[in-house]
Amino acid sequence: MAEFPAASREDERMDRSKDEPGGLRVKPINNGTVIDHIAGGQALNVLKILGISGTTGATVSVVMNVESKKLGRKDIVKVEDRELREEELDRIALIAPAASINIIRNCKVTEKRPVDLPDEIVGVVRCQNPNCISNTQEPIKSRMLVKGKNPVLLRCLYCEQPLTEGIAEYLI
Amino acid sequence: MREFSKEEIDSVLDLAQSLEPMARGRKSDMLAGKILALLFFEPSTRTRMSFETAMKRLGGSVISLGPAEGSSISKGESLADTVRVIGGYADALVIRHPKEGSARLASQFSPVPVLNGGDGAGHHPTQTLLDLYTIRKESHLENLHIALVGDLKYGRTVHSLAYALSLYGADITLISPLTLRMPDSIKADLSSKGTIVRETSDLGEVIDNVDVLYMTRIQRERFPDPVEYQKVASSYRITPEFLARAPKDLIIMHPLPRVDEISPTVDDTIHARYFQQSFYGVPVRMALLKMLIGGG
Repeated sequence: MAEFPAASREDERMDRSKDEPGGLRVKPINNGTVIDHIAGGQALNVLKILGISGTTGATVSVVMNVESKKLGRKDIVKVEDRELREEELDRIALIAPAASINIIRNCKVTEKRPVDLPDEIVGVVRCQNPNCISNTQEPIKSRMLVKGKNPVLLRCLYCEQPLTEGIAEYLI
Repeated sequence: MREFSKEEIDSVLDLAQSLEPMARGRKSDMLAGKILALLFFEPSTRTRMSFETAMKRLGGSVISLGPAEGSSISKGESLADTVRVIGGYADALVIRHPKEGSARLASQFSPVPVLNGGDGAGHHPTQTLLDLYTIRKESHLENLHIALVGDLKYGRTVHSLAYALSLYGADITLISPLTLRMPDSIKADLSSKGTIVRETSDLGEVIDNVDVLYMTRIQRERFPDPVEYQKVASSYRITPEFLARAPKDLIIMHPLPRVDEISPTVDDTIHARYFQQSFYGVPVRMALLKMLIGGG
């Protein structure tokens, strides 16, 4: 797989704070996944989408509301020793469409890409319609069809109710 | 209805046309030996009885789950399990359920085809198909100007019908009280398909240049104030006097049951089509049954 040594230093730089010249808020990781350019304040929702809680055992660093040229304020999440799967990561685009993914191996960024919403999201976002069959005790997972990516437009496969705003409130 | 193409709709309507003599009583054994299960978790008269008639007129038979058994099942057993079980007894299922999306769920679990007989405030596609059949027979689907009148916010029939009419390039005028206007998301969808959608609260604005007046019932419970309800309801009431300005070929449709929105004195005018519309539910449902379980 191609390596991106220059980008690995970028990965380190992105943690530097202007308030602390030369210092790092969180040290670079050796192996794992770094999710950068998350819209400021959305890092905890990103963890929720990824199913990462305090009980999952993964070493996770979260940096919130650091300065970003691109976003003004951004969050960063680093998950050590775990390479998140593409389909897990793409769900992040629901709430952080500008996020970028860096897969780190032996201190180097071996893969770097933006997130891209899949055509369907299963079991991540609940339908906002309280009378939808997917919000009952039936043995099914919520299924949202992605009808628009920018801005995000979801449509419930079951009741066809659209969901555009406040998606974070409906994360399962 | 969103997933139907114009060609698919036309093929249902064509088949319904050819089956209409059977709907009127000509003997047929097209579906002999086939069983249709009716799963109605909510009360229904027209949909339930016209499906039953359609099946029997084509020589098939019907088993059914009444509203009482339906409600007791829904308390304990999941809908998914119910349709798996009853799907084992029949060749097709018709389901009406109070939750939106229930027909889609049923189709995922049922071993046999599922027809949506209305799910909550969601869709009622067989009503839409019979509405289209009525428009095609009694007026015209191409270059149509239709006014949808009444409760356009909660009325499921008008949502599905508006989507389907957008496939035919209809010009749609929405007429409702401010509080019962069609949801913006649906209007935006229609406009994105190139449909001309106008909106007004005044029924008198369109009466002299519309082909179809599609009336719906405004439910009393939508208005906390009974005086307000009376005021609104009376402003959307069709009478022979009101129809004096109407073109001769204007037709009036209604999914029924009606309450006050169409005076019974309109029934004998040249404009009334709502009882024919109700009858057309039989050939249209025959066509769907034939397509699903009658070998095409």
